[in-house]
Amino acid sequence: MYVKTPITDQDIAKMRAGEIVYFSGVIYTGRDAAHKRLVESLDRHEKLPIDFKGQVIYYVGPTPAKPGRPIGSCGPTSSYRMDAYSTRLMKEGLKVMIGKGDRSDAFVQDMIVEKGVYLQAVGGAGALLSRKVISSEVVLYHDLGAEAIYRLEVKDFPAIVTYDIYGGNLIIDEVKKYQIKPLED
Amino acid sequence: MRLGDVMRYIEMETITSTVKALAIDANCNIGKSFIDVLREALKKEKSGIGQNVIEQIIENDTIAMEHKEPMCQDTGMVVVFVELGYDVHLKGDLYEAINEGVRQAYEEGFLRKSVAKHPITRGNTNDNTPAVIHVKLVPGDKIKITLAPKGGGSENMSLVKMLVPSDGIEGIKKLVLHTIFYAGGKPCPPLVVGIGLGGNLEKSAMIAKEAIMRDIHDVNPDPVLAQLEKELLDEINELGVGPMGFGGSTTALAVKINSYPCHIASLPVAINLQCHASRHKESVI
Repeated sequence: MYVKTPITDQDIAKMRAGEIVYFSGVIYTGRDAAHKRLVESLDRHEKLPIDFKGQVIYYVGPTPAKPGRPIGSCGPTSSYRMDAYSTRLMKEGLKVMIGKGDRSDAFVQDMIVEKGVYLQAVGGAGALLSRKVISSEVVLYHDLGAEAIYRLEVKDFPAIVTYDIYGGNLIIDEVKKYQIKPLED
Repeated sequence: MRLGDVMRYIEMETITSTVKALAIDANCNIGKSFIDVLREALKKEKSGIGQNVIEQIIENDTIAMEHKEPMCQDTGMVVVFVELGYDVHLKGDLYEAINEGVRQAYEEGFLRKSVAKHPITRGNTNDNTPAVIHVKLVPGDKIKITLAPKGGGSENMSLVKMLVPSDGIEGIKKLVLHTIFYAGGKPCPPLVVGIGLGGNLEKSAMIAKEAIMRDIHDVNPDPVLAQLEKELLDEINELGVGPMGFGGSTTALAVKINSYPCHIASLPVAINLQCHASRHKESVI
């Protein structure tokens, strides 16, 4: 399915585990250090510098853009490191997170409660994914370098729904199909 | 050569320029033979999603090679193995020469600076130094430099565990299979699995890292280890984790095991996972 950001509740309802979603419009980047700062702002009861209502956060720290390119290599980073922070951001309206790898069971439950969706892009395909980015600009925490928050304009950026709001779980479903013998304890 | 014979002098600029070239090349050029390995894996992969993931990885690596761009945004912390000939006289500080090469590569090669200044207070060194440098003395008057930009995703899923002799091969297999299964997509499979058996705590980790530098097609000269590599590869690929953890029959492309004698009470096992961006390049000066 093709969606334009910001994301609506109707879009979220249609995103089911296994569906490939092509995002167009503005998305924001964020990794460990930026998430920590955002949550520290919330702890101090400050208004967040970015309104995350209906927004998408892509877990990435790109390489510097070569001359003539909108961005450098920009594949997803492991998402579990953001589990400690992401529930707070969903409470501020964040709808979609894109990264790679699985997330904690507790966080997956939080996603169902907060009606958030998690998708994965292909890890290590940073050069290919950079072809889906039209423009990029650092909008927050410049001092963090690659870990700053960038505003990306993307066209048909691909990611596969991994955890949906109905409890659908792509990883468990797919791995089961190809597991020849169960792991011994 | 006797003491007092003529030694070979090597300038620091030569080390720096070699490291710089290796770092840029390793990040952008995975090499055609590794792409062939991925193509073989694609033919065998049973999952449709898994096939699609491998296709995207091949396309990605091809774009990176053609356009001289980093294949992955995680351009790693640089690991450098130096095999230094006894008969080489270095005209300066080897460590600084290597770090200067890293500094130049990451600035001029548009690579990401991924080194935090301090493990607790974090920050960034802003030039991707220091590298992790291992120097080994060897006979001869040459220097061999092997350089690997090592990503955080796969390194984070690596571990050392001190097993005991009675754990044996079954204990080793169980540890490897559990580590890879629960790592799922986080270390970016399909993996090259480096395993260090024996030595002690740090030696096992060291030889596990050396194992992932081995040629992907080589055959272990130790028949016991060659057999274990083969069995583990099959059993890892029966876990179902698949390319990027999306499920499938290709979780690892190779298992490489290096070993070292160990204490009579011990069976150290280090597992160093290498993501599908299996980047290492070498050069002899």
